[in-house]
Amino acid sequence: MDYVIQAVVSFLASTCFGVIFNAPFRKLLYCGVVGMTSWLIYFVLTELYAFDIIHASFASAMFVGICAHILAKRLRVPMMIFNVSGIIPLVPGGTSYNAMRSLMENDFTMGVQYSARVFMIAGAIAMGIVFAEVFIQVMRKAMTKQKTV
Amino acid sequence: MDYNERTEFAIDCFLLAGRIMMESGAETYRVEDTMLRMAHSQGMTSAQSYVTPTGIIFSLGRTQPTRITSIPNRATNLHRISLVNTISRKLTSSIITLEEAYDELKKIEKNNYMLPVFMQIIAAALASGCFLIMFAGVWQDFIPAMVAGGLGYWILLLVTDATKVKFFSEFVAAVAVGLVAALAVELGIGQQLDTIIIGSVMPLVPGVIITIAIRDLIAGHFTSGLARGIEALLTAFAIGSGIALALTIM
Repeated sequence: MDYVIQAVVSFLASTCFGVIFNAPFRKLLYCGVVGMTSWLIYFVLTELYAFDIIHASFASAMFVGICAHILAKRLRVPMMIFNVSGIIPLVPGGTSYNAMRSLMENDFTMGVQYSARVFMIAGAIAMGIVFAEVFIQVMRKAMTKQKTV
Repeated sequence: MDYNERTEFAIDCFLLAGRIMMESGAETYRVEDTMLRMAHSQGMTSAQSYVTPTGIIFSLGRTQPTRITSIPNRATNLHRISLVNTISRKLTSSIITLEEAYDELKKIEKNNYMLPVFMQIIAAALASGCFLIMFAGVWQDFIPAMVAGGLGYWILLLVTDATKVKFFSEFVAAVAVGLVAALAVELGIGQQLDTIIIGSVMPLVPGVIITIAIRDLIAGHFTSGLARGIEALLTAFAIGSGIALALTIM
């Protein structure tokens, strides 16, 4: 039941962010599905397998990158549309809120700790997406080589 | 059109495409790639572009003209990016001519293709509520988070229209979010203050900008990465101080 609820809310959240970032109207459904899957991967990894947040973010982001590549090729739109909506559930909003709040309360020790965490998570997400791109490129090269041979 | 006029017109067209993409928050390497592809399709093979979030330099090389365009403000708008992408694709596969492409780009420049404001506010409200549940909040806080998030986003839009200072509007919106959340907890409608605030500031948080900034850095666009990183940092600072002010007042 928990998973169903999480799936529904993450789908809604990603679709709503698609509206806020003005994704093309007909692609909103895809945005929601990409966001939902990425959040479910993250949720299962952190809850069930007790992964670290950073590792789970990386895995989810890599999945988003691969999905975005395939969808962008098929639907002929920029990859960024799906990247953005897939990343949205992973974005370290809570951690960055804690960082800002600690800094504002003059609690610099915790503030710097949280900020470093935000940076690490954002870096993991960016790395996941870049790795996905490299992965797709390598795959494509291998496939074209096979065809020519 | 003679040769000179034509090249100048072509540069205008490429720069316009680049500017619209950058204003809409596209990745730097994407913008450079699109501009160069468009130039190559017009037989201008030695074209060079240098893109930063605040301005673009585009040159055709040698003694040919070089132009600059500045980008005063940026907001994520995926629909415009996708429209420019379609036009560049059509131009490179010569389905449309340069003149037609320019006309269509001019049309995109004037319009921002946003959905009606009330739809955006509803979306922001619903997203806030959903994020509350994703961050392990309780269902009782769903409505307060929706109200705080929707109101915060509405105020962000209003103040941005009125003042044109992004930092200030984010600050005011964050104050509103903080006040509504604190009020809800005070009145007993909400339970966990922190979770409500985290959920409802999500529409304001620059998460995507931070990620794209790091992405630019990894791709080797250090200027763009740093510029975007600072933009995200300023936004985060505005939100943080806004929330802090609201909590001090209550």
